[in-house]
Amino acid sequence: MKHTISVLLENKPGALTRVTSMFARRGYNIESLAVGETERHDVSRITLRVDCETHSLEQIEKQMHKLVNVLRVTELAPGESLERELALLKVSAPPSARAELMALGEVFNARIADLGPDAIVFELTGSPEDVDSFEELVRPHGLQELVRTGRIGLTRATRPPRGKPAQQALA
Amino acid sequence: MTGGSRTKMNGADAVLRSLEAEGVDVMFGLPGGSILPLYDAMARGTTVRHVLARHEQGAGHMAEGYARASGRVGVAVATSGPGATNLVTPIADAWMDSTPLVCITGQVRSQLIGTDAFQECDITGITIPIVKHSWLVQDVNEIPHVIKAAFHVASTGRCGPVLVDIPRDVQEAELEFSYPAEVSLPGWKPPRRGHPRQIKAAAEAIAAAERPILYVGGGVLNAHATDELRELAEVARLPVVTTLMAKGGFPESHELHAGWPGMHGGKWSNYALNKADVVVAVGARFDDRVTGKLSAFAPGATIIHLDIDAAEISKIRQADVPVVGPLKPVLAALGKTLAKDVVPGRTDAWLHQISEWREQFPLRYSAEPGGMLKPQKVLELLQELTAGRDDVVWTTGVGQHQMWAMQYLLCDRPRTFITSGGLGTMGYGIPAAIGAKAARPDATVICVDGDGCFQMTCQELATAALEELPIVVVIVNNGYLGMVRQWQDMFFEERFSQIKLTHSLPDYAALARAYGALGFTAESEEELEEALVAAIASGRTCVVDARVDPRERCFPMIPGGAAAVDMVEYVDTQSEVPVV
Repeated sequence: MKHTISVLLENKPGALTRVTSMFARRGYNIESLAVGETERHDVSRITLRVDCETHSLEQIEKQMHKLVNVLRVTELAPGESLERELALLKVSAPPSARAELMALGEVFNARIADLGPDAIVFELTGSPEDVDSFEELVRPHGLQELVRTGRIGLTRATRPPRGKPAQQALA
Repeated sequence: MTGGSRTKMNGADAVLRSLEAEGVDVMFGLPGGSILPLYDAMARGTTVRHVLARHEQGAGHMAEGYARASGRVGVAVATSGPGATNLVTPIADAWMDSTPLVCITGQVRSQLIGTDAFQECDITGITIPIVKHSWLVQDVNEIPHVIKAAFHVASTGRCGPVLVDIPRDVQEAELEFSYPAEVSLPGWKPPRRGHPRQIKAAAEAIAAAERPILYVGGGVLNAHATDELRELAEVARLPVVTTLMAKGGFPESHELHAGWPGMHGGKWSNYALNKADVVVAVGARFDDRVTGKLSAFAPGATIIHLDIDAAEISKIRQADVPVVGPLKPVLAALGKTLAKDVVPGRTDAWLHQISEWREQFPLRYSAEPGGMLKPQKVLELLQELTAGRDDVVWTTGVGQHQMWAMQYLLCDRPRTFITSGGLGTMGYGIPAAIGAKAARPDATVICVDGDGCFQMTCQELATAALEELPIVVVIVNNGYLGMVRQWQDMFFEERFSQIKLTHSLPDYAALARAYGALGFTAESEEELEEALVAAIASGRTCVVDARVDPRERCFPMIPGGAAAVDMVEYVDTQSEVPVV
């Protein structure tokens, strides 16, 4: 079972390392990780996708709460949150294939970020599943290079923004 | 020196003023290049005593011993590079056993960081997995806040080690010093109280139990909650097993004490814990050395887990009733609630059953008349000679002697048995004893050591002698890495591999004398008793080399991977290996 966790942490040197080191030490699998600033310059947000096959989500959350730099840990539950990912895809595009690729791109709202004699670089923002689908569709044309940012997420506008505070007593 | 008053000084002086403001009375360390400004500041004057160790690992374990004996935060100081890496073992040890520790290390000058400068190493990076938190101080003005935060984090919530790394130029830079009254750590909010509904649920489950038991770990000592524990046990007449880390946390001569669970604990104690219908874990973490085969541990029992660390709840064994909070108020509230619910006499049959098991499975060993001194006898003698004294503090190394110490020494008071549990750090005993002596100058501190352990940290005998922190070291000398020998004997078909140390090289008594200590060698019960009496009465640092039968194995024992109730009882052994 995979979960997306949103972590607010103090924007201090080494704070990200403490989080990733804890995951490595305890054997938790990170599928993707994206980090960046938030509305507050002194706070960063990590969006983590974790595989909870062998370790419970609850245990992972509690271990994160113990880190001094971690301010809040929230699970981004599907349906209550939005998840997006940005991908850049360099696809082989000889003139004969260009029209079809551009049509595909339009369906997914993928922007053409660069165009060369033999290749197109698409820029796609969407749900991680959209990115997966687009990747599969262009792959037969010759996917030369691909980079994905990893998912970022936020709770929906209809849901109160605060998760449970760090170190809150269980139960 | 708090609040408004501001004084101009350098960073090193600010470290000392901060330690003084925290009420630190002693620190343990060893100077070197990058920490020179701090030692220079010490020379200018401080109320904090500095104990000069011979190795930074020794300094770290001394700080641990101090912390465990006093219930306060231990402080260790080292230089950058190798000085700092030598602290890694004590830091890991403190991490595993939740010992509050503040380590202060020098770092190379700020502009040299990252250049592979002389004695540079990324100690904050190296220690990330084994500290609660660490700071690399980049601005001299941060020093008072960082030291304040370091002590706060080390000693609140679940106790543990923290590290403060200070580049040399930051120690030399000037600041306007004032010590903050409060610390600002928005991400550090340890629980302040247990949830009343959970405490009520716990009380109901205990009151309804047929065979309840308190399974007490080291957390009860860190929480200073031994009085509350005793009240709870007495009000509901609950049997109590204490783990290695909790030894002394409940009086061992108390009628409700049911021994020590785990790998070399009492068989009767493991029976009591594993056949209970309600297990109340109090500041304990279901360590594999306690549970044995996890799936067979206390099958079907309702688990009530009281702990300050939410992450311990259901980490190993699913908790039916978790209570997250500081143990002192939680145990007090639980005792108070139970006092109303408890049915008098309800646990009598269960307590009777446990005492039957106790009689059925006593500790035993066999000794031939005139045969070699038995290791168990060393501990029995130590117990006899110190019985009834309330001023004895024990430390141990790790291995067979440690387990025999747990089995044969009776501790009725908290903080009188100091040992390395989780990490199992050989060599812990001597420096920990020195630290304990610094914390309890009135006490007789006795380190029960192994011959293997002794040789890992014996250089600290110089510290004990010169710093006038006298300790008695009793080496249960079997001439082998005894616990390894036992495992090779039992589980590797007697293929003994790289374990022979010999009884007589080094000559431990002579080595002791070389360090300015008194040295005794004992090969018989009579010699041993004479030596121990003299050593304990001497008030000097002493080493008693008790040469014991190397064939003796530590029993009872839960073999690796076996269920706790399937303990192997004492096996008399006339081993094939010739006695050295």
